[in-house]
Amino acid sequence: MVSKPLADISPSLAVREQTGIEALNDALSLCLQRDPTTLLIGEGVPDPKGIFGTTSGLRQRFGPQRVLDMPLAENALTGICIGAAISGLRPIMVHQRIDFALLAMDQLINNAAKWRYMFGGQAQVPLVVRCIVGRGWGQGPQHAQSLQSLFAHIPGLKVVMPVFPDDAKGMLCAAVADNDPVIFIEHRWIHPLRGKVPTGYFETPLGKARRRRKGSDITIATFSYMTIEALSAAHSLARLGIEAEIIDMRSVSPLDVPAVLRSVAKTGHLLVADTGHQSFGVTAELIARVSRQGFDHLRAAPASVALPDLPCPTSHAWAGHYYPTAASIAEQALRVCGVRIGEAQRHELSTLQPDTPADIPNPDYRGPF
Amino acid sequence: MYRQEQRSTLDLFRQMLRIRRVEEALAERYTEQKMRCPMHLCIGQEATAVGVISALAEEDRVFSGHRAHGHYLAKGGDLTAMIAELYGRASGCSQGRGGSMHLIDTDAGFMGSTAIVGGTVPMAVGAAWASQLRGEGRVVCLFFGDGCFEQGVMHESMNFAALHRLPILFVCENNHYAVYTPLEKRQPGRPIHAIADAHGLHAQELDGNRLPAVRTAADKAVHRTRAGDGPQFLELHTWRWREHCGPDVDDHLGYRTPEAQADWLARCPIEHEAVRLRALGLLDDNDRQYLENAIQHEIDLAFDSALRAPLPRVEDMYGHLYGQ
Repeated sequence: MVSKPLADISPSLAVREQTGIEALNDALSLCLQRDPTTLLIGEGVPDPKGIFGTTSGLRQRFGPQRVLDMPLAENALTGICIGAAISGLRPIMVHQRIDFALLAMDQLINNAAKWRYMFGGQAQVPLVVRCIVGRGWGQGPQHAQSLQSLFAHIPGLKVVMPVFPDDAKGMLCAAVADNDPVIFIEHRWIHPLRGKVPTGYFETPLGKARRRRKGSDITIATFSYMTIEALSAAHSLARLGIEAEIIDMRSVSPLDVPAVLRSVAKTGHLLVADTGHQSFGVTAELIARVSRQGFDHLRAAPASVALPDLPCPTSHAWAGHYYPTAASIAEQALRVCGVRIGEAQRHELSTLQPDTPADIPNPDYRGPF
Repeated sequence: MYRQEQRSTLDLFRQMLRIRRVEEALAERYTEQKMRCPMHLCIGQEATAVGVISALAEEDRVFSGHRAHGHYLAKGGDLTAMIAELYGRASGCSQGRGGSMHLIDTDAGFMGSTAIVGGTVPMAVGAAWASQLRGEGRVVCLFFGDGCFEQGVMHESMNFAALHRLPILFVCENNHYAVYTPLEKRQPGRPIHAIADAHGLHAQELDGNRLPAVRTAADKAVHRTRAGDGPQFLELHTWRWREHCGPDVDDHLGYRTPEAQADWLARCPIEHEAVRLRALGLLDDNDRQYLENAIQHEIDLAFDSALRAPLPRVEDMYGHLYGQ
C-alpha cells in the first residue's frame, strides 16, 4: 500500500476548510472507494444521524452490504470483525461512545491484539475501532470516559487520538490502511473544530507527534482535546514571558517519545496534558519515559494535567471543577518553570476561564447528544 | 464409485484411530514434563471431529477452542508441527507462541483455536461473513463445548449468523461437563439445540459417538448452509475419557459416576465403528494391524522430528507483534 504522509503531499494539492466531522466522513468515503474490502459497521452507522454526521450518505454510496448497522452485541461484533479481518476484509467499527467498547474487551485484548503474535505472523487483523469520547451535556460516568491508557497498555493494539481535521482525515486513512488493530479515539469536542484539510486521499503516519507551536521555555505535550486547551494557554503564557512549545502527540501507542525528548532538550521543562485520568495513565507514562531517557535535560520536575481519579460527573455544576482547562495548563506550566504566581499571573490566568459552561464545547451546542 | 466410498469409510476410521493414538502418545510422554503447556485431550470424542470435518470441502474453514487436537488433525493440520508446538519449538505450528491451546494450519484451512471459552465463536462467524460478502462459497465450521453455550458471545454470534444467513456450521460437542461441573448444575433442563433453534438456526441433536450418523448429519447441514439456507447447528453428545486438562484418567475424584463412565466407554466411537466395518467386510485383523503400524510409525517420526527441532531464538521474541 502506498503511503502518502501529510508532509510529502505536494503543495499543489488542493486544500479546503472542513470540520472534523466532514473530514472524517471524507476519509471514510475515500477508504471505502479505494478498497472494496473495506467495511463500515456500527450501531447507528446508516441511521438518520449517521454517527454525528461522520457516516452520513455512505450507505447510499457504497451499499447496504458494506455500510451497515449492527445488533447491540459489541463483543460478538468485534469478534466477527476480527474474523472478517483475518479473512482478508478491512472492517471499520464505530462506537458512539468509547464506553461501549468495554463490552468487547475480550475480543480486543485476547484476539485482536494477539492473533498476529500468537500465530507467529501467519495472520493479521486490519481492524479499526472508532471510539468517541462523549464529554459534555451530563453524559456522565458511563458515556464520557477517556480510556486511552486502558487500550495502550495492551501490546498489539495501536491507539491514536487526532485533534485537528487534517489529522483526523489523514490518520483515519492510515488506520484503515494499517495491517494491525487500531483504536481510533475521537474526543467529541474535536468534531466541530474547523481547519484546512487537503482534498483527496492521503495518510498521516501513526505514532508521530506534531509540533503545533514553537517555544523555548517549556514543552507541553498534549493528547487529544487538551491540545486545544494548551494552545489557548500558550497565548497567555507568552504574555507572561513564557514561550511554550506545544507537541500534539496524536498517537498514544506507539508513543513518540523522541519528539518530546528533542523538545525538552531545548526547553528543559515538561508538562503533559491528557483527557484521561491522572493515575496509571498516559501522562505518567510519558513523564516516566522522558525522565528515564532525558533526565539530564530536565531543569525542574515535570508535571501533568489530567482528570481527577473520579468517575465523570453528570451535573453541570461539577463539570467546571472536574475538567482541566487552558487555565489549569497555564498555571501548571508557570509552576514547572518556577514562576511565582503573583497578581499579574493571577489576572492573566483569569482571562483563560472559559466563557461557556464546561459541559458544552461551544456556545452553539444544543442538547441532548 | 463403490471402491471410492469404501476407501473413504475406511479412511474415516483410520483418521479416528490416528487421533486416538496421537492423544495416547501425548498422554504417555506428557509425564516427562517436556511438553510445558496445558493440554486438553479429546480421547473419546474422535467421531465428532472426523465425522463433521469429513463433510467439509478442502477450502472450507475450521475454528476451535482449547480441546482442538482432533479438529486440527481431522482438517489436515500438520502432525509434526502440532507436536513441535507442544514442545515449544520454533518449528511448531505457532512457532512456540501458542502451545496446545493455540493451533493453526491455514494451508489446511484450520484457522485457529484459542484458550478463552467462546473466543473463536464470533471469529468463525466473521470468517463466514467474509465468505458470503466475497461470494467464495466457503463454509465455516466451528467447534465448541456445552460450557461455551453459556457464554453471551455465543448467543450474540448465533443472532448475527441467523440475521445474515451465513454459511456456517456450529458444532456443539456436548460432553456434559465443564471441568468438574455437570451440565445440570450450569443450565436449566432444556436442550441446547432448542435454544439454537430459537435463534433461527437449523438445529438437531444426535449421538456424537456414532461416526456414520455424525457424518450423514454433517453432510446434510453443510449442503444446506452452502446452498444459502443459513447457519446450521449440531449438538453432538459425547464423553471426554480423560481429565479436563492433563494426561490422566481422573474418575477416582468421583465427579462422574462409575456407571456413566462405563456406559460411555462401552460406546467408544472407534471400536463401535470397527465392529460395523468388520460386519461389512471392510476391515479384518490384518487391516487393523496394518493401520495401527502405519499410524505408530507416523507418530514416532513426528515426535523424533519435533524433538530435534530448535527452540525459538530469544531475539525473535519481539517479532510479529505488529506488521510492517
